[in-house]
Amino acid sequence: MSTPLAASDLRKTFRSGKRTVTALDGISLAIAAGGVTGLIGPDGAGKTTLMRLAAGLLVPDAGSIVCLGHDATRESLAVQAKVGYMPQRFGLYEDLSVQENLDLYADLQGLPPAERPDRYARLTEMTGLGPFADRLAGQLSGGMKQKLGLACTLVRPPRLLLLDEPTVGVDPVSRRELWDIVYTLVRDEDMTVLLSTAYLDEAERCADVILLHQGRVVGQGPPASFSDPLAGRTFLVTGPVAERRRLQASLAKRPGVLDAVLQGDAVRVVTDAAHPPDCDDLGDSVTCEPVSPRFEDGFIARLKDKQDHAPLPGVADVVAAEDEAIGVDGLTKRFGDFTAVDNLRFTVRSGEVFGLLGANGAGKTTTFRMLCGLLPATAGRLRVAGVDLRRAAAKARGRIGYMSQKFSLYGNLSVRQNLDFFARAYGLRGQGVRERLDWALSAFELTDLADAESGTLPLGYRQRLAMAAALLHEPEILFLDEPTSGVDPLARREFWARINALAEHGVTVLVTTHFMEEAEYCDRLVIMAAGALLAVGTPAEIKARAARDDRPAPTMEDAFIALIQQEGAA
Amino acid sequence: MSTTSHEQRPDLASESGSGSGSESGSVSGSGSGQPAAPGCGRNRRLRGLLRKEWLQILRDPSSIAIAFVLPVALLLLFGYGVSLDSKHVPVGIVIELPGPEAASFAGAFRQSQYFAPVFYATRQEARAALRAHELDGIVVIPADFAQRLKGDRDAPVQVIVNGVNANSARLLSAYVQGVWSTWMQRELSDRLIPVVQPVNPETRIWFNPEVRSRNYLVPGLLVVNMTLVGALLTALVFAREWERGTLEALMVTPVTLREILLGKLLPYFVLGMGGMVLSVLMALFLFQVPMRGSLWVLAACSTLFLLAALGMGLLISIVTRNQFVAGMIAILATFLPAFLLSGFLFDIDSMPVAVQAITHLVAARYFVAILQTLFLAGDVWSVILPNAAALVLMAAFFLGLSRRRLHKRIE
Repeated sequence: MSTPLAASDLRKTFRSGKRTVTALDGISLAIAAGGVTGLIGPDGAGKTTLMRLAAGLLVPDAGSIVCLGHDATRESLAVQAKVGYMPQRFGLYEDLSVQENLDLYADLQGLPPAERPDRYARLTEMTGLGPFADRLAGQLSGGMKQKLGLACTLVRPPRLLLLDEPTVGVDPVSRRELWDIVYTLVRDEDMTVLLSTAYLDEAERCADVILLHQGRVVGQGPPASFSDPLAGRTFLVTGPVAERRRLQASLAKRPGVLDAVLQGDAVRVVTDAAHPPDCDDLGDSVTCEPVSPRFEDGFIARLKDKQDHAPLPGVADVVAAEDEAIGVDGLTKRFGDFTAVDNLRFTVRSGEVFGLLGANGAGKTTTFRMLCGLLPATAGRLRVAGVDLRRAAAKARGRIGYMSQKFSLYGNLSVRQNLDFFARAYGLRGQGVRERLDWALSAFELTDLADAESGTLPLGYRQRLAMAAALLHEPEILFLDEPTSGVDPLARREFWARINALAEHGVTVLVTTHFMEEAEYCDRLVIMAAGALLAVGTPAEIKARAARDDRPAPTMEDAFIALIQQEGAA
Repeated sequence: MSTTSHEQRPDLASESGSGSGSESGSVSGSGSGQPAAPGCGRNRRLRGLLRKEWLQILRDPSSIAIAFVLPVALLLLFGYGVSLDSKHVPVGIVIELPGPEAASFAGAFRQSQYFAPVFYATRQEARAALRAHELDGIVVIPADFAQRLKGDRDAPVQVIVNGVNANSARLLSAYVQGVWSTWMQRELSDRLIPVVQPVNPETRIWFNPEVRSRNYLVPGLLVVNMTLVGALLTALVFAREWERGTLEALMVTPVTLREILLGKLLPYFVLGMGGMVLSVLMALFLFQVPMRGSLWVLAACSTLFLLAALGMGLLISIVTRNQFVAGMIAILATFLPAFLLSGFLFDIDSMPVAVQAITHLVAARYFVAILQTLFLAGDVWSVILPNAAALVLMAAFFLGLSRRRLHKRIE
């Protein structure tokens, strides 16, 4: 069988303001029929551009792309009749019901009415959308919306399915369900799937992986071909739990170490040759054992340029007056008769990295807003930085930094102008503004981009800027609401290096996240579902709760899903 | 055109799930059926788009508001609230020395429907009232009024007008002039003094003998209403599709650009015509505006204008792709000109030459001319045909340009 999608010497550039951005820089590739090919790459690597070119939505500057035997540029209509394409943000008609959206796409794709009942039955069975047929698409959860978008794309079974980051911002349970659907399609309907993703663990679920970086193909092959060369180069270094963050920072700086990240109580290390990292001077309590490599290690090894990010120079050590940074007891929030947050109780110790995990709609953002004093609690005790938020919210707010889920800076101001504005908004004046601006620009490596319009920056840089803005007034507690959603793995590592450095200096960090591996970076975390607290503890404790005979070492994702399912069953 | 529904689908074997038994659903019948006729697929796609658009209109209260509530509100406001005629203008009459002549002249004001006279004995009192905005003007009948009237000399009457609003000031002084000359004629003829007037103009007002401003405001408003639906609403809803990403998902289906455009044009055409029918009914039965032309000419010209307005709305949204910008441009480029430059409120002939030239680019101008003629004069072909021709040109221009500027690409 011929290849469903082949590109040769494909080039595409865009103009963004005065800059010319090269999205694809002469790539050639072919994907295999009948399987899932993962298109993996950091933010801005050219994944979406490639997808759009394949769907005939863009015209390449040079080269050609052939999709199911048709030139995607010249015969775009023929290609569009045969492929299914789900854009990153699938434009569902939110004021139409689930069934009406399906009907529309059935009409547009020319599915004869006689075939509809069978197809609809099949799609609703796959997606679990059956009970919601009459619900407006705008009232579905994020995961459900993605599934409906997929169902609309699949109304008439395409031979080639292009999925552009279908799992971004989707909770782990829905993510797993989406993957099940994709596998079913490949198996039962002989479909070829090209799927782009920023989740590295998803790469291991693909038959074949194309690694894209800065508009070029860095590698293509089965996932194992990326991790196998690293055999003997990956290790788990275990030391005293309390010291693990310092251990990680120390290991990351060692010569020969490509990558060092926290994994549970230990540090996962990738070296540049087949020998263990030099642990001799770390003390007797530190042990080092080899582990088998995974895809992420291979990804980092190929892409990471060994430039050392000096993490956060000049963070003043925060000496918190209280041992308890945040204390929450019986915290409840109701909107009308809907209980968004139900009787939460936890404490966050000063200098801790504390995670909030939960599916969409679990109440994470509502909890955050109450902790920041942005939303009054319906009931419960709430102390932040030693201040009772119900009495002195303004006083507490001066001691916390908040980075919201959406980019909440001014996109048409430059980086410097944004920082200057926020510094003044926090009450800094004169010399203080200049000092903190210089600090922010250098600590977050934004000096070169100081005069760039912040809205045109790649997502990773915008997140850095947002974090810099939240730190200008040197807060004791930093709130990060899904800071890394949609950010590529390299930028995410860098982001976490900064979080770790802050924690080292005594700043308390509260973070919500969808990424299960990021939960491992936390000292302690809570798991929330439907406004209630399901579990509190260290990553190791929470994982241990999901251990079963057939699954002695569950991943954080296993633990998360197990907890959610237990709750659903109860 | 597209024969997309002909292409071979892979033969989908209906296989009972081997391995995991959970997804053993059969997929027989999907895709491998009889190929549909090409025209059939086209019709079905268009029907699907139309049904979607219609559902969206019905569920979006703002569409209904712009299409029906706003026009009705504007019609009521202009039909009842706004009138360019001055009636019952408060005017102060200062009678410095009471006498039969002064009383007779003052009485002429009392009889006129244009004035609501208030009487004063001294100028000071009247001036204070004018300053306090209680009066729009003062007529002073001086002490020597009767004396001078009897003599050969002119009998002057002083008129002081609040000139802040130049338009109503002009109207007011003209009305006073009118009262004066009517009264003089009667006065002189009563006293059997022959009136010597070189010309005696006998004014006859055609088409709108009562000079009701409502009679030309209401037809003009129909233009504004159609502009709202045709240009503003269409620009907003199409820009919304760009913003929400729904158009990207549409673009990768076999749908053609013509279908996308028709799928937008037809529903909003129907909506615009619906608003037009409602407005015409209100004009005829609520405001008693006469209809002297024929309805089919009205329908045909409305169609032409609506197509031009839809073309502008589509073009604006295709170029801007952003609801906010599209809305602002639609208001500036279509809605405000329909108000200000169409000759609906302000006479085009009294505008500066440069502005007059600009009005030729405003589609509403041609439709206002047609509507005022149709309602008040009748089927005057020498007015209707050239204006209709201009509308045809504008509709063809904007629709053609929209079609050229819309690509099945997202760059």
